[in-house]
Amino acid sequence: MTFVDYLFLFGGMGLVTYIPRWLPLFYLAHRKMPQWLIDWLSLIPVAILTALLAPILFTDQAARSLEIGKPELLVAIPTLIFALKSKSLGGTVLVGMGLYWLTGFMVS
Amino acid sequence: MDTAPPAHTSPDPIALSWFREGAMTAWPICFGYIPIGLALGVLASQAGIPAWAVTMMSALVFAGSAQFICVAMLAAGASTGSIIFTTFAVNLRHFLMSSSLAVHLSGVRRLFLNFFAYGITDESFAVNMTRFRAGNWGRWQAITVNQLANLAWVVSTTCGALLGQFIPVGAFGTDYALTAMFLALLIFQLHDIIFIFTGLASLCIAVLWYLFIPGDSYIIGASISAATIGYFLKRYREKRR
Repeated sequence: MTFVDYLFLFGGMGLVTYIPRWLPLFYLAHRKMPQWLIDWLSLIPVAILTALLAPILFTDQAARSLEIGKPELLVAIPTLIFALKSKSLGGTVLVGMGLYWLTGFMVS
Repeated sequence: MDTAPPAHTSPDPIALSWFREGAMTAWPICFGYIPIGLALGVLASQAGIPAWAVTMMSALVFAGSAQFICVAMLAAGASTGSIIFTTFAVNLRHFLMSSSLAVHLSGVRRLFLNFFAYGITDESFAVNMTRFRAGNWGRWQAITVNQLANLAWVVSTTCGALLGQFIPVGAFGTDYALTAMFLALLIFQLHDIIFIFTGLASLCIAVLWYLFIPGDSYIIGASISAATIGYFLKRYREKRR
């Protein structure tokens, strides 16, 4: 592929990625939103975070099948408790990484 | 206003403190992007995509999962149109995130919003929403988070493409960094029982959706369904009071 081919492909991908990121912000930030919409949107972060985490913690992503008890889930339990107690984002990331790193030795 | 700000303050102490707050908040994202970015760069170089093209892709698209899919599709010989369409489908979830962020950026001038929108990712969204909700967070700190994450992404994907297979991917548990960050942010989001129920609903729906429906639609599907369930639970609770 030439430079122009790549530019066309990535430019197109960039545009279709940018529009959903931009349109609601551009449109909604200058309007009075109804209270029901604000209430509904306030629940979106928790819903998105859980949806993003769900397959990582509870499924075998290669086979796309249910898997309970994979290392990602086992490490998640102490990581969640640490987050709850410490309220520290950076600390939780380090604890989670460290624990996950240790499970690598135990499994293999 | 009785005190005019001094005409020449360089560097501006307020801007500097905004930057510092943004950087302190952005580091877990940057840290998490490094192993993923390196992995993407390595895969791209194996698929025969030159390093400059990887840099261009990361700068123009700035979307992790879509870029992985793009590399796989290019390697499989997919057409430009089908890659662009897939990218659109995968990244449509940002529509919801942008809508939620609008609540906290209401009345901000449009030029700023045009730039801000470029940096909305799963990670920057989750971090910024948590901070906005906790208070003490402004648009300049938020855009600092977006842009530092962007920088980490462009640099790490480029390094991956340049260094190829010399890098051990996943050392020191780095491939758990973003999962751990999402877990922490999830905990910080659970303000009351309605949020806990919404999370549980989203979890169940996402797992089932993921198992039975191919593709990435489970993210949007589970989020919209769970937020709607949570919203009606909230209304039901308010009526009973």
